[in-house]
Amino acid sequence: MTQEAASKLIEGATGAWEVVIGLEVHAQISSNAKLFSGASTEFGAEPNQNVSLVDAAMPGMLPVINKKCVEQAVRTGLGLKAQINLRSVFDRKNYFYPDLPQGYQISQYKHPIVGEGAVLIDLPGGEMKTVGIERLHMEQDAGKSLHDQHPSMSFVDLNRSGVALMEIVTKPDMRSSEEAQAFVRKLRAILRYLGTCDGNMEQGSMRADVNVSVRKPGEPFGTRCEIKNVNSIRFVGLAIEYEARRQIDLIEDGGTVDQETRLFDIKTGKTRSMRSKEEAHDYRYFPDPDLLPLVFSQEWVDEIAKGLPELPDEKRERFIREYALSPYDASVLVSEKAIASFYEEVAETSDPKAAANWVTGDFFGALNKAGLTIESSPVSAKQLSELINLIQDGTISGRIAKEVFELMFDSGDDPAKIVEEKGLRQVTDTGAIEKAVDEVIAANPDKVEQVKEKPKMIGWFVGQVMKSTSGKANPQTVNELLAEKLGVSSDN
Amino acid sequence: MTDLTKLTLAEARDKLKAKEITSSELTGAYIKEMEGARALNAYVLETADKAAEMAKASDARLQKGEGGPLEGIPLGIKDLFCTEGVRTTACSHILDGFTPTYESTVTSQLWRDGAVMLGKLNNDEFAMGSSNETSYYGAVTNPWKGKGEDKALVPGGSSGGSSAAVAARTALAATATDTGGSIRQPAAFTGTVGIKPTYGRCSRWGIVAFASSLDQAGPITRTVRDAAIMLKSMSGYDPKDSTSVDQPVPDFEKALTGDIKGLKVGIPREYRVEGMPEEIEKLWTQGIDWLKAAGAEIVDVSLPHTKYALPAYYIVAPAEASSNLARYDGVRYGLRVEGKDITDMYEKTRAAGFGAEVKRRVLIGTYVLSAGYYDAYYIKAQKIRTLIAQDFKQAYEKVDVLLTPTAPSDAFGIGEKTDDPLSMYLNDVFTVTVNLAGLPGISLPAGLSARGLPLGLQLIGRAFDEETLLRTAGVLEEAAGFNAEPDAWWRA
Repeated sequence: MTQEAASKLIEGATGAWEVVIGLEVHAQISSNAKLFSGASTEFGAEPNQNVSLVDAAMPGMLPVINKKCVEQAVRTGLGLKAQINLRSVFDRKNYFYPDLPQGYQISQYKHPIVGEGAVLIDLPGGEMKTVGIERLHMEQDAGKSLHDQHPSMSFVDLNRSGVALMEIVTKPDMRSSEEAQAFVRKLRAILRYLGTCDGNMEQGSMRADVNVSVRKPGEPFGTRCEIKNVNSIRFVGLAIEYEARRQIDLIEDGGTVDQETRLFDIKTGKTRSMRSKEEAHDYRYFPDPDLLPLVFSQEWVDEIAKGLPELPDEKRERFIREYALSPYDASVLVSEKAIASFYEEVAETSDPKAAANWVTGDFFGALNKAGLTIESSPVSAKQLSELINLIQDGTISGRIAKEVFELMFDSGDDPAKIVEEKGLRQVTDTGAIEKAVDEVIAANPDKVEQVKEKPKMIGWFVGQVMKSTSGKANPQTVNELLAEKLGVSSDN
Repeated sequence: MTDLTKLTLAEARDKLKAKEITSSELTGAYIKEMEGARALNAYVLETADKAAEMAKASDARLQKGEGGPLEGIPLGIKDLFCTEGVRTTACSHILDGFTPTYESTVTSQLWRDGAVMLGKLNNDEFAMGSSNETSYYGAVTNPWKGKGEDKALVPGGSSGGSSAAVAARTALAATATDTGGSIRQPAAFTGTVGIKPTYGRCSRWGIVAFASSLDQAGPITRTVRDAAIMLKSMSGYDPKDSTSVDQPVPDFEKALTGDIKGLKVGIPREYRVEGMPEEIEKLWTQGIDWLKAAGAEIVDVSLPHTKYALPAYYIVAPAEASSNLARYDGVRYGLRVEGKDITDMYEKTRAAGFGAEVKRRVLIGTYVLSAGYYDAYYIKAQKIRTLIAQDFKQAYEKVDVLLTPTAPSDAFGIGEKTDDPLSMYLNDVFTVTVNLAGLPGISLPAGLSARGLPLGLQLIGRAFDEETLLRTAGVLEEAAGFNAEPDAWWRA
């Protein structure tokens, strides 16, 4: 076992345990219309506004597949480096629920549209790991039951009824909550790059069923529990942590894990039983006789493949190659399509390495602090690149640049304007700097003595000079002058 | 019966076009007949006012020399077809008061072509039955009675309202649907013509579903020519039905050339079932002789899997029905019986809303799709279905059309078989194979039984070759010269 693998184990009373995780992610397909009807999929409409006769399961209504949704599923399959099945079948999953008007969900059971694939996830420290994809299939979403609208009745909103979902099922390849979270993050990034799902978990566009089991390293898989409908990456982590510990404690106390479906309670941070295996529904799957098998040509798939954008992994490789970035910086920058695009715009007209430092450093910091997304950033990529160029051409120092950046972030003004208005232009006039250097040396004879013993002390003199010039002095020049006048090497 | 109601659809059409009669006169005569025949219980909803209005509009068009192929023709519509603004219940209590906001594709095409709606016709509840006795609105009585008998007979089913209305001349023609024989068997029991076209020929959109992979719409008419005229208007590709087939619709009337010289007619030996009444056997032989005399070549063929058709049908049809009927849950429309919680409401609503035969089939269907039984029943039935289709395919390598009896007996008495579902199901023995294979079939009256009741012969054609079917039926019709009529005992 490698060092990394060992570090993921969970310590129990009887020794180390390994947690095994598989995910079923439900991702809403980005499309204007539903999977089998022409009704709108727009988020936030009044209840029951986006409902066609088909979605409400009126008598005699029939589903007709939305080609756009099929295309999106194929595009996703290609993005997951998965096998595309040219023939797939829609089945009916039968159960009664008020927000399921047909009394069945149209899904794909035995013959999904996408088969096995792989997703490369990024782990802390630049480590990468492959998580296998078992399958991807299309299915209808259900409506929503509203239990808080009336004292004795529940209301039903069918706006989501029939909305197209992709269920993406992984192999049980993850071994820690961090890996599971990294998978969801990576999957979301891929879907967003592809434009096949907006990935907005808070709006319900993406949610995960998490399968968790534990075992002693090297032993066969333990009995798993499925935690349903986890709707944020943070909760995915918390649910796994709790559930793994619960199962370990249970087994170590002499109990056994029952295969069951559980719910994660965000208030308590605990999972609780929803239904046992015995209570599991018999969904009576059978091929939907209202729909013919879904068949398309390899040529059509090839056509879609041609239109695929550059995906995070390829982009990461290119950033490392073209911009000489570290693998870590490259991973951070490609994690979101919007970030990668922003970075590339900055790097196009300024030093790529400095651009990476600025984007991942001060820029992200300011966004986080302000609670803003990259789309709503007050500083544009063009402005950031201008700032970097002002440093590069010696107009301002790196230290002043940080100050300028803060002003840019607050005002949205161009860096050149701020530098001019505030008089922040770097002093490169050797005479002026020399004067400041001489003043500092003259005022501190004791320190002059000390620096002879300890050349590193030159840093203190640099600081004093910078302070007296309000940071505008060119640090390079200050260093050189001090070294000369104090008789020490400036390489320290 | 007036002179106007003696006309066939083709004759009435020609007289309307020639302005010899008006639609208002014709429709008025039919309304009078309809209202005078309530003892038959063929109509579950009369729409006399709507009919008068539509007739008036037709007359206006006819006056100007305009109008479609069915301009001014008064029709009865099976209650399985959703009609906009006109109550549609599939003759089930569970659809109490349901008034669609939409028009089925088939009926909308009839109105497009100028037809006039007299009202909604009775049928077995959700088309589940062979005698029209399972209707929530009560049994339909066959206009025919046995010689010297007063016993009320069934008109066949499930399209018993359609067959009775046409036989009693209370509609010039009627729409019907056929899942296992529901057009052809009622036609045979009432001395009318009924054609079930190839699966996919008529759109199922807006027809209350029974078994989606078997259901097809078709007409019940007085003559083969009338059937050809009706079928043309009812047929056509509909993008709203994924199982409808994009095939050109021929002018079926032009196919009635009367010339079948050299036509190869197959006689499937497996249709000579045990216990078949001698008079049916005789009629079949008579049919063979008529075709021979018209220049057809008779060929013995084998359809070896015929004996498995009925069991396979009674697995596939209930399986699909159990799922199709799940939408009737009391949540959105139709009947609701309040309960203490949602499950109680479902149970009470469905217990009160469905009749015994529908419940039986929902139970059978649920059972055969259940985990552990699915392979043994549903999958096996699907395999049989494939074998039956292959039987026909092989037969059609040797012949152009097949000739069989339509039903194994003449009309039976109301109440005679209601306690014996198996003997009721046997009514479909000659017709279900056609649905399982998706082929077109037509029943036409060919003679009278010893009791003086009509008997039908069935022709089965190649997929999408309704033309050969109709041409052959026309020749048989001519040869049989069936012109018997029931005594109008029902007249109020």
